Amino acid sequence: MSDKELRASLPDLLPLYYHRLFPFSQYHRWLNYGGVTKNYFQNREFSFTLKDDIYVRYQSFSTQNELEKEMQKMNPYKIDIGAVYSHRPNQHNTVKSGSFQALEKELVFDIDMTDYDDVRSCCSGADICPKCWTLMTIAIRVLDRALRYDFGFQHCLWVYSGRRGVHCWVCDEAARKLSVAARSAVAEYLSLVKGGEETVRKVVLSDPIHPFITESLTVVERYFPQYALLGQDILGSKEAVDKVLALLPEDVRKKLLQYFQTERNPEMRWKTLKSMAQDKRTTAKKGHYFEMEIMLQYCYPRLDVNVSKGVNHLLKSPFSVHPKTGRISVPIDLKELDRFDPFDVPTISLICKELDQPKTEKEQEDTMENENEKEAGEQRKRRDYKRTSLAKYVKLFDKFLEGMAHSRKGELLKNSDLQKNF
Amino acid sequence: MQFYSRRKKLIGNSQTEQLYGHCLQFYGQPPIENISLSEFETFAVDRLKLLKTVENLGVSYVKTSEQYTKKLDVEFSNLNFPYKIEADDRKPQTGPSEYEKRRKDHISHFILRLAYCQTEDLRRWFIQQEIDLFRYRFKDLPSKNITEFLQYNNLHYHTISVDEKTNLMEKLIKSSFAVSGSTVDCQDFYKVPFQDALDLVRTRKVYLKGGYVYIPHQDVVTIILNDFRTRLSKALALTARSLPAVQSDERLQPLLNHLSHAYVGQDYSIQKSIGKISLEQIDPLSAKSYPLCMRQLHRGLRDSHHLRHGGRMQYGLFLKGIGLTLDQALQFWRSEFVKGKVDADKFDKAYAYSIRHMFGKEGKRTDYTPYSCMKVILSNPPSQGDQHGCPFRHSDPELLKQKLQSYKVSPSGISQILELVKGMHYQLACQKYFELTHSIEDSGFSLNHPNQYFMESQKLLGGPGAGVKVEVKREDNPATKPPHQTSGPGNLPQEVAAEITEDLDSFFQDA
Repeated sequence: MSDKELRASLPDLLPLYYHRLFPFSQYHRWLNYGGVTKNYFQNREFSFTLKDDIYVRYQSFSTQNELEKEMQKMNPYKIDIGAVYSHRPNQHNTVKSGSFQALEKELVFDIDMTDYDDVRSCCSGADICPKCWTLMTIAIRVLDRALRYDFGFQHCLWVYSGRRGVHCWVCDEAARKLSVAARSAVAEYLSLVKGGEETVRKVVLSDPIHPFITESLTVVERYFPQYALLGQDILGSKEAVDKVLALLPEDVRKKLLQYFQTERNPEMRWKTLKSMAQDKRTTAKKGHYFEMEIMLQYCYPRLDVNVSKGVNHLLKSPFSVHPKTGRISVPIDLKELDRFDPFDVPTISLICKELDQPKTEKEQEDTMENENEKEAGEQRKRRDYKRTSLAKYVKLFDKFLEGMAHSRKGELLKNSDLQKNF
Repeated sequence: MQFYSRRKKLIGNSQTEQLYGHCLQFYGQPPIENISLSEFETFAVDRLKLLKTVENLGVSYVKTSEQYTKKLDVEFSNLNFPYKIEADDRKPQTGPSEYEKRRKDHISHFILRLAYCQTEDLRRWFIQQEIDLFRYRFKDLPSKNITEFLQYNNLHYHTISVDEKTNLMEKLIKSSFAVSGSTVDCQDFYKVPFQDALDLVRTRKVYLKGGYVYIPHQDVVTIILNDFRTRLSKALALTARSLPAVQSDERLQPLLNHLSHAYVGQDYSIQKSIGKISLEQIDPLSAKSYPLCMRQLHRGLRDSHHLRHGGRMQYGLFLKGIGLTLDQALQFWRSEFVKGKVDADKFDKAYAYSIRHMFGKEGKRTDYTPYSCMKVILSNPPSQGDQHGCPFRHSDPELLKQKLQSYKVSPSGISQILELVKGMHYQLACQKYFELTHSIEDSGFSLNHPNQYFMESQKLLGGPGAGVKVEVKREDNPATKPPHQTSGPGNLPQEVAAEITEDLDSFFQDA
C-alpha cells in the first residue's frame, strides 16, 4: 500500500484498531507497574498526533477504561509516552509554576538506520533492506548485553519502530528513577562512534581497552564477515575500499593498496589487514587497534544521546501505528532475533483484514466454551487480536510483563523478609 | 583512656555516644540539645574562622600538599576541632575532650548552615569550604575507620573479597589506566552503585558489572566527596525553606546576618597613615594601586561627576581606609559633584551629611569599616547604572575583557583572569590582576580586602599609603545583644562590640 493510500485508509482502520485490536489490558498492566507507587499510571504523560498533524500533549488518564474511551474517541495517528509527573499532566496548568515536575521514566534508547548512512551502501535515508537490517540486530545484541551485564538491568523491552529503527525501553525500577545526569552517563558509556560528517575516523581506541569494548567487539565480530565483507562489500569496489583505507595510518594504507592490486578476495584482504594491525601492536610502543576501529565504525550501535538523556522526553509507544508504513510498533523477540524480519511485521491494514476472516474451527470451539461466561461478548471483542498476526507480539509482551511481575514479587518478599514479616 | 571513659560516663548517654562515635561525620542529623547563646556564637565564629582558613590556604597551596596539611593541622588544634582520631585517646586530656570537640564540630556546622543557606553564592562558598575540610580530614583516616564511617552513614560501598579481586584482576586492570596489578593486590576495592560514580561511568574509566563499579580505595574518596556535596546541597535548600522561622527569633537574626557577611581579620578601620595622601595623588594612585573595583568607581566618578549610593559607600569607605581625612573627603566629593549637576549648596545639604556619617561624625557616631571583598562580592549586586560591586563577579566577561585591554593587561594575562572568573575565583582573579599590573610572579598575599590590595601595592611601590600599622581586630566573641544590654562573660570590649552591631545596622541602612 502506498503512502497516499495508507493515509486515506487510516481514518477507517484506526477506529477498528483501537476498538478491537489494541491490547489495552496489557498496556495498562505495563504502565501501572503493579500499582506499587500511587498514581503512577494517572500521572503519566501521553501525547497524541491526531489527523491533520494536530499534536496534543499532557494527556493523562485515571483508569484503563478512560484510556480506552479517549483513544477510541480521538483515534490518534501516533502515540508517544512521556514521563510520570508529580501531578496529573492534564491538570498541569493548575499547578503552581515550578511544582509540576517530571519524576520518573523508563530509560530509553532510539537506534535509527539513517545514522548509519555513511557506512551502508545498500540503502540510505528512510529505506531499509534485509542487508542493512543486520545493523539493528548487532545494535540490539550489543546494547542488550551491556544493559544486562554491565548495568544490571533486567527488564529491557525492544520494540520495532515501524520503519527504520528500533527502540529500547528499560523498565527496571532503578532505571525509571535515574536522574538526567545518570541517563546521560549511561548513554555516554555506551557510545563508541563519535563525530559527524566532517569526522573521518569516528572510532578511536587506545590503551587500555575497556572490557566493555572487548565484549562488544566479540558480538560485532560474529556478524562482521557476513554483513560487512560479503553483504556491504566494504573491501570490494574501489570506492568502498578507499573509505576503509581512509581510516588507516599512512604506512599501512600504502602497503595495503599495493597488496590489494593482486588480491581481490575481500576475506583475504581483511585477513591481511588484521594481521598488519597485530604486527603493528607487537612492534610499536602505543596500541594500534585499527582493525577493531574499522569493525566498530561500520557496525557498532549509534545512539542518540539526547533521546536517552531527558526524563521528560517523549518516545513513540509500543503498539503505536507508523503513519507512513502502517506497521505496528511490535516488541522484538530476542530469542528469535536473527530471524526477525521487519518486512514481516504486521501492518494495520493486514490485521484489520484478518479480523474479517471467518473464524477457524478452533476459534469456534473457544468461543463456544466462553459463551457461558457473563462477559463473553466483551472478552471476545478484547481477544480479537488473537485472530490476527498481532497475537504473537501481544503474547511476547505478556511474557515481558510476567517477568516484571515476578521481579516485583521477589522484591516484596525480600523486603518483607528484611522487615521480618511472615 | 581511663580519663576518657570516665568522661564518657559523666557526659554521654548512649544516644550521644553513638552520635559522636566517629571523629568525622556527614552531618546528617541536626543537634537536638539546648545551648547558651554565647556557646552558639563561639562555636559559629570558630567554625567560620576555620572555614576561612581553609579558603585562604586553598588559595595559596595545593590542597593535598604537606604545607597545606600542616597549616590546617595547626588551625584545627587552635580552634579545638576534632581531627586525628587516635591522637587524643592516648594522651591525658587537657582542654576540651574529644567528645566536646566533636560536639562543637557538629553544632557549629549546623549553625553555619542557617547563615549560609540563603543565596546561591553563600551556599556555593559554604559547600566548597566544607568539602575541602572534609577531604582534608578524610585523607588520613586509616582503612578501618573508613569502613566504620561507611557503615555509619549507610553508604553501600562494600569491599570485595580477595578471591573476587583475583577473579576480576584482568578486567580491573583493563578498565582503568590508573589501576595496575599491584593496585589490585595492595588496595581494597569497593563495590559502589554506578549512580554514585557517574563521572567514572561516563568516561568509561572503571570496571562496571551488574550495576556496580569497582573502585580502588584511592578513588573512593572522590565518590564520598560527591555524595557529601549532594547531601549538603539538598540540605541547604531545605534549610533555606525553613529559615523564616529561625530568623524570626530576634536573638539569632543579627548574628546569622553577621556571620554570613563576616570578615574575620583586619578591617582597615583605624589608619595610621591618615592624612598621608593628598588629593592630587588620587588619580595616579587609582591607576597604580587601586583594585579594579575601586579603579572602576573612581573612573565612573570622574566621568559622570556622580556616583549612586552603593558606589559612594563602597568607594567612600575605601578612601577613608587608605587614609583620607574627613575634610579631604568632603573636598574630594564636592569638587567632583559640583562639576556635574549638583551645585555646592545642594551638595552640602544632601551629600555632605552622608560623608560625615561614614566618618562617624553624625547620628550614632559609628566609624564604619571599609567593605571587604566578601561583602562587595556577595551583597548588594549592582544594577543598571551602578558602578559598585566586584567587576570580576558582576561585570559581563566581554566588558571585563575590554576593560582589562584598555588598562594594557597582556592578552595571556587576560585569559588567565577570565579562566579564574569562569571558575568563580573572583578574588584570585583580582590577585592575578595585581600580579599583572605590578609585573610580579606571585603577589605573596591572599586577597580579601580592597584596602589590603592598596596597602600591598603601596608597599611594593614604596608609596605613601604603605608602611601602615593596622590594628588587627580579632573578633573573639561578638556580642549578639545590642550594646546597651549587659555583657556576658567573654564579650568584646564595648567599642568593638558597638562597631560590629553598627556594622550590621549600616548593612541594613545600605539597602
